[in-house]
Amino acid sequence: MQAQEIEVKGIKNGILVEVKNGDWQTREDALLQHIDQNQGFFEGARLVVDVGNRALKSPDLASLRNALSDREINLWAVLSTSLVTERASQDLGLAIKVDQSFPEPEKDPINSLLDGDEAVFLKRTIRSGHKVKHLGHIVVLGDVNPGAELIAGGNIIVWGKLRGVVHAGAMGDTEAVVCSLDLSPTQLRIADKISVSPPRKGKPRPEIAQLEDGQVTARDWSKFTKE
Amino acid sequence: MSAKVLTITSGKGGVGKTTATANIGAALAKRGQKVACIDADIGLRNLDVVMGLENRIVYDLVDAVEGRCRLNQAMIKDKHIPDLYLIPSAQTRDKTSISPSDMIRLCNELRSDLDWILIDSPAGIERGFKNAIAPADEIIVITNPAVSAVRDADRIIGIVEAEEKGSPRLLLNRLNPEMVKQNNMLSADDVVDLLAIHLLGIVPEDRAVLISTNKGTPIVLEEKSLAGQAYRNIAQRLLGEEVPLLDLDKGSGFFNRISRVFGSGEK
Repeated sequence: MQAQEIEVKGIKNGILVEVKNGDWQTREDALLQHIDQNQGFFEGARLVVDVGNRALKSPDLASLRNALSDREINLWAVLSTSLVTERASQDLGLAIKVDQSFPEPEKDPINSLLDGDEAVFLKRTIRSGHKVKHLGHIVVLGDVNPGAELIAGGNIIVWGKLRGVVHAGAMGDTEAVVCSLDLSPTQLRIADKISVSPPRKGKPRPEIAQLEDGQVTARDWSKFTKE
Repeated sequence: MSAKVLTITSGKGGVGKTTATANIGAALAKRGQKVACIDADIGLRNLDVVMGLENRIVYDLVDAVEGRCRLNQAMIKDKHIPDLYLIPSAQTRDKTSISPSDMIRLCNELRSDLDWILIDSPAGIERGFKNAIAPADEIIVITNPAVSAVRDADRIIGIVEAEEKGSPRLLLNRLNPEMVKQNNMLSADDVVDLLAIHLLGIVPEDRAVLISTNKGTPIVLEEKSLAGQAYRNIAQRLLGEEVPLLDLDKGSGFFNRISRVFGSGEK
């Protein structure tokens, strides 16, 4: 659906949204709708919007900026090949160029091993008050404490105790999984499904959580691998 | 001499930062160290009350920082222990009256003729906390065995690590072994397991602590108090000595426990 209208990429210091050709108003609506559906992911982000060769005036960009700031998103830059749009962006104090050397996941031979998605690797304890957001996967070698939050577009793997809040498949990927050596999150979300852990019985064992028939289901890792 | 700056902080209020500062300071001074305790909680001063020095205050931390007095004029000599000093905070000002760089400058000025500078941090993670940790060589995070206090301690540890102050050490305060045994309180193991930092000491719940803070006499001066013993042990550990943790689990009666702590055969 939105795939044809907009494309979202992670870049060095923010999120880049490429708005494909077509009527601006419909594309803008599609963008805002996409953001609303993936609120947790976009909230607080710095957004770069690439509008292609469209000629947009200050009021158009101002209304986009206001709509974004209502959603707690900071419009950082508008990229365009049109001089009119560039001038309008500058009038509004928006950047018109950003670091173009973004990590392009598809072109990176190492990342291409990971289903074409980028992953972040964190070797430390993620403590209360820390929030890690990433478009690709998140891998933690350490504990995720209560009060910490991990939000990933892809999968989340915690080689340690998982006791904070996690959201895998935050962009809507229902195939996303969460694995941990001790899966006791405060709250676990996959795509748009939310669950809380039942009280643990007995010793913690490695588990994997995924969606089954629209329900978040956690299973023993050893049983999972035998299937 | 070049003093070591030790900041005592917690995130949550009311877990015992001020009591710990006063007692660790007193215990170090009793072992012959020259110690200054700085109350960095500007606007809500109470280290002076706990140390029983309220009526001797003439100048305070803000006066010293703003140059209204010499630094040694703001240092109040303790009435119980020689070589223990207090720099009280200002009651009528707020936390923005000094900056982290003021604290670093002040501590550097003090370093040359002290062994230890203890800083009592205010609760929270705002300016006052930033002031308190800025000059620190080492940080002690204090918490109670309560879920909310541990959560805040975890947050504080994260901030301290992000400031590249090294891993702080943990002081677990007000542990009640009876309640732990009945599964009504987090155990020391639960807390250490979650926070994953080095445990400096455990101070048991002890009514005598409240009485001593109200009287303005540090509990470390009471030889029979278990909490006082815990603070004395913490001071020894800070001085690099190996002291095993107090055994709080066994023994029913108070004197029973004490006699075991001292290894004496009486009773």
